[in-house]
Amino acid sequence: MKALWKPLFGSPLNVVLTACMLALFYLTVPPFLHWALANATWDGLSRKACAPDGACWAFVRARFPLFIYGRYPQPERWRVDLAFVLLVVISAGTLFAPRRRGWWLLALLVVMPIVGTVLLVGGVFGLEPVPTGDWGGLMLNVVLTFVAVVGSLPFGILLAFGRQSTLPVVRWGSIGFIELWRGSPLLAVLFTGLIMLPMFLPNGVTVDNMIRASVVLTLFVSAYMAETVRGALQGVPSGQTEAALALGMHKFGAEILVVLPQAMRLAIPGIINIVVDLFKDTTLVSIVGLFDLMGVINQSLKDPNWLGLAMEGYTFAMALFFVACLVISLIGQTLERQYGSAARAPRR
Amino acid sequence: MTTRPGWSLSRPARAWLWQLLAVAGFAALVLWLGHNARINMAQRNITFGFDFLLHPAGFDIPFHLLSWQLTDTYGRALLVCSLNTMLCASMSIVLASALGLLIALMRLSGNPLAAGTARTVMEVVRNTPQLMQIFFIYVAVLQSLPVPRQSIVFGWGFFLNVRGLLIPSPDIDSRMLLLGCMVLALAVAGWVARPPGSIAGVIVGPMLLLAWAIAAAFSATWDLPAMHGFNFTGGLRIPPELLALWLGISIYTSAFISEIIRAAILGISYGQTEASLSLGLTRGLTMYLVILPQALRTLIPPLTSQYLNIIKSTTLGAAIAYPEILQIFGRTVLNQSGRAVEVMALLISVFLSVNLLVSAVMNRWNRRLMAQGR
Repeated sequence: MKALWKPLFGSPLNVVLTACMLALFYLTVPPFLHWALANATWDGLSRKACAPDGACWAFVRARFPLFIYGRYPQPERWRVDLAFVLLVVISAGTLFAPRRRGWWLLALLVVMPIVGTVLLVGGVFGLEPVPTGDWGGLMLNVVLTFVAVVGSLPFGILLAFGRQSTLPVVRWGSIGFIELWRGSPLLAVLFTGLIMLPMFLPNGVTVDNMIRASVVLTLFVSAYMAETVRGALQGVPSGQTEAALALGMHKFGAEILVVLPQAMRLAIPGIINIVVDLFKDTTLVSIVGLFDLMGVINQSLKDPNWLGLAMEGYTFAMALFFVACLVISLIGQTLERQYGSAARAPRR
Repeated sequence: MTTRPGWSLSRPARAWLWQLLAVAGFAALVLWLGHNARINMAQRNITFGFDFLLHPAGFDIPFHLLSWQLTDTYGRALLVCSLNTMLCASMSIVLASALGLLIALMRLSGNPLAAGTARTVMEVVRNTPQLMQIFFIYVAVLQSLPVPRQSIVFGWGFFLNVRGLLIPSPDIDSRMLLLGCMVLALAVAGWVARPPGSIAGVIVGPMLLLAWAIAAAFSATWDLPAMHGFNFTGGLRIPPELLALWLGISIYTSAFISEIIRAAILGISYGQTEASLSLGLTRGLTMYLVILPQALRTLIPPLTSQYLNIIKSTTLGAAIAYPEILQIFGRTVLNQSGRAVEVMALLISVFLSVNLLVSAVMNRWNRRLMAQGR
């Protein structure tokens, strides 16, 4: 008790702060709990079933499958679940496996995209084909994030090396590309990509909206990925390159086999940050006509049976994003501690 | 190792060959895309050129700082909506910095209640999508506000209703404004020319500005909004779109700014505080004169990139129909004129030029810090 007394009431400033905080809690927490739990309605078929001054969670319950899977046909939803479980297992393996991490990484970058595409798109092995127009909800956010991260990793690494190249054309080309994407707002870029791509393709070639959005997101994220990887490459001591060259390795071999693996270890916290930011930013695709979680919610709010339930819809979606992003951030912090201590260890 | 003369001679040649190939490949790609675009545009009867900027727009911009009429040109529309973007960006930069500083100071206060609250708010804000926060504020909060007749009254002429926030607008005397400019110039000049270590040079300028602001507030005639019939007249009305975008961007970015400020302040060794306190400075002066100036050096590059993020985030206004550059120029003008390529090129180049300018300054700054051997 004594240990708490001083920081809470030790000085006049602390007394004022504590009083302000308690007043804030009093003004916000009880009304919120009252709204979200005590007065909430959990069951019902329309808005009319809900109490007027409580949350109408019946809306979220009724729309839950739509929020998660979009219009993905119901009998096929196990495929989405399976793909998600695979993604979690392989990602966990890549980040935390004690040995053979290279194989896990290969599984994540090569096997997972193939298996995922087969599972989600279907059309082979007796799986019912599902058009990407039916994909939606949180599933679409996850898919777009995965595609953009996996696509931008190799591309970003290439750009990072390109930016460090001694060849002026390669160097300035990479710098131009990176700065072009980093300088443009994502929404403007998505807009451009979705509206203008058809204009630059040969007549009659159409690309589906989901793929357009994935391509734009991948290119956009590559620029950020390149900057993270470049920072990590600069963090590897130059003695490593010199030692590799002294052992007779070729310049490219030294970069790829010696410097890059060490740099990627340093880059992991940065990459995790990119994943979190990207996952949040995938909601922007709702503005250009895709039905991700944000789009599905905006659409559901216009349902005449459930009018005026924006508070419930957005609170639920924010809670989903919050939990997902917090878990990814915490994983990132764990890894940072793990590698941070390894990185700080004296090198001899 | 034996030297191979042929090898060393061919090296630059090989490098040039590679680069030539890269340029050729890129040129081929651009030509192919351009060729496709030309065919497509010819088919749809669209010509290329920026002459459309002089054509009359014929649509209304609901919120504008400059005067706007239906007969004005697309070029003026670009100017008007760019100003709207800049207005929202500058308002957000001010509020986000203030909120970020508040959260950072709360976290550093040592009071567990304040620190815990600040931490929770920060984690919630930065782990949820920005667009969703903007929609939450706009749809769930601002659009469910009462009609003007039942406005929420804050007092001192502040009203909040479904049409936005009404605030008193000051009508400042021109002589007072002139005095203000002089005070500002004096304060900036004093700040730049202050002798190193001068406490007065740091404190007097802000004090003068504060004094002017108080004097101006008292001498100005305030136009208060008032209810007339079914609506308000007088005062300034901040439309709900601007309000939602402003609050959404500010709150989201403040979570990141608070972390930057906290890291910068924690990065200053505690010996500095101890030394300053033992010299007899108060805690407040220690923060203002010793810690913050040093923290500012490490603070400025990441803070600048957050400010750039704010400028780019204003495009989210297109989601809630705030008349900013993407909404007006990228959507309405594009749809009306059909000049997709030109419109998007102009739009992206507006953002790029702002960005390149700032990142060039930042890089130079960074190089100077590196040169100081830090």
